[in-house]
Amino acid sequence: MSETTPVSQASNRSAVTITYPSRPVASFSDQVKAIARKDLTAEFRTREVLAVTIPFGAVALLLVPLAVGTDTPLLQRIGTGMFWVVVAVFGVMVGMRRSGSDEGAPADALLLLGSDPAAVMTGHTLATTGLLLVFELLLLPVSIALYQPRIRGWWWLVPLLVLVAIGLGQLATLAGAVTASASVSTALVPLLVIPLAVPLLLAASQSMERLRQGSSIIGWLAVLLSTNLLLAITSVLAARPLRESPQ
Amino acid sequence: MPTPLVELTGVGVRLGNTPVLAGVSLSLAAGEVVGLVGANGSGKTTLLRLVATLLRPSAGQARVLGADLGSEERYQVRPRIALIGHQPALYAELSLQENSDFAAAIRGIHNGRAAEVIDLVGLAGARHRLAGACSHGMLRRAEFARALLLEPDLLLLDEAHAGLDPSAAGLVETVVRTVTARGGGAIVVSHEPNRIGAFVDRTELLDDGKLEALRP
Repeated sequence: MSETTPVSQASNRSAVTITYPSRPVASFSDQVKAIARKDLTAEFRTREVLAVTIPFGAVALLLVPLAVGTDTPLLQRIGTGMFWVVVAVFGVMVGMRRSGSDEGAPADALLLLGSDPAAVMTGHTLATTGLLLVFELLLLPVSIALYQPRIRGWWWLVPLLVLVAIGLGQLATLAGAVTASASVSTALVPLLVIPLAVPLLLAASQSMERLRQGSSIIGWLAVLLSTNLLLAITSVLAARPLRESPQ
Repeated sequence: MPTPLVELTGVGVRLGNTPVLAGVSLSLAAGEVVGLVGANGSGKTTLLRLVATLLRPSAGQARVLGADLGSEERYQVRPRIALIGHQPALYAELSLQENSDFAAAIRGIHNGRAAEVIDLVGLAGARHRLAGACSHGMLRRAEFARALLLEPDLLLLDEAHAGLDPSAAGLVETVVRTVTARGGGAIVVSHEPNRIGAFVDRTELLDDGKLEALRP
């Protein structure tokens, strides 16, 4: 859009044409920050994730040892896998929180503010990823205490946790946008996310298995990175069509 | 001839398989205020959403602020349009001030106006109250504050006076006059033509998806 846009003169309704400045909008990164800040403020107020999802995740981790008994070798073997299953399933709930997408009048207002749908999607993803990271970091000690997994090279968990959080954050945000756009129940979000989360889940659990064996996980990290890149491209390309009214 | 802000010629809109508007023609000149009345379900909100570029025409020609609504040009003019609809477009978990700040942040407005406009609409004492804890009238005022902040060229008001107490009735006219004084225009939907009669230039009746002049 040009810097100025012709608009006809108001007061005398004559044929005089004057110009008014076009309406600038914030940069892509500022829009992303504003959306993420708004989402995190809403989460801070409602505590949907911190007060509901995280405790449920911890309880889910606790139920397995109660079910299989005190078979320590078995728990050590399945512990890492259980952690990622809980992260994937309850991570979807993090993405399904109310502030994770915009619907109705606020969504229309956001469009009319001139927001870039890709920036809105990225902002939601950023907030969801941050919350998922908190979710992972709080559940990890619970998982270690309950399952006592024997892992070498704990520092590899840093990129692993971050890449899984980014992937799940993108998937959950994308699925939330799809259900909002199609006006269908958010109950569909898990059905959309869990199958698509299989590459993330597989890469994460296989990485942990290789760490248990003391092997390199570079290959699986590359799989996670590629999956995240693919999801990022899909999110940016799908953002505009998902934001517009389907009519 | 000056370019109209809104120019609809034989426009139809379908929502799914349902035709909501048919053969609607409407023109809004700069500085002009058009009132729109009609029964429930006559298509008033759909017409406003079309003009707000949130819907596309299924028939006819529609141009808003020079942009063809059938094309991607409509994305470009959105920041020049303010729509105050039935439902509050505010985030319930944010305070009124935070909602205003959020709009300013998306638009890159950093001049302190986001706080000033809250005072202008009489919400200074409630600026830190969460939107979810505000009455419908207060949310309406907050939306008028946002319209003042964004300085639109085209203001669209659905049920302009809904939820506003008598002391705030003048606010509608003030906001409309602010927009038209800058060369913008407004379309004001109301169930109460008498309340908007003082500041609209003409009133159109929308009846079963078709538009006709009510008062020249």
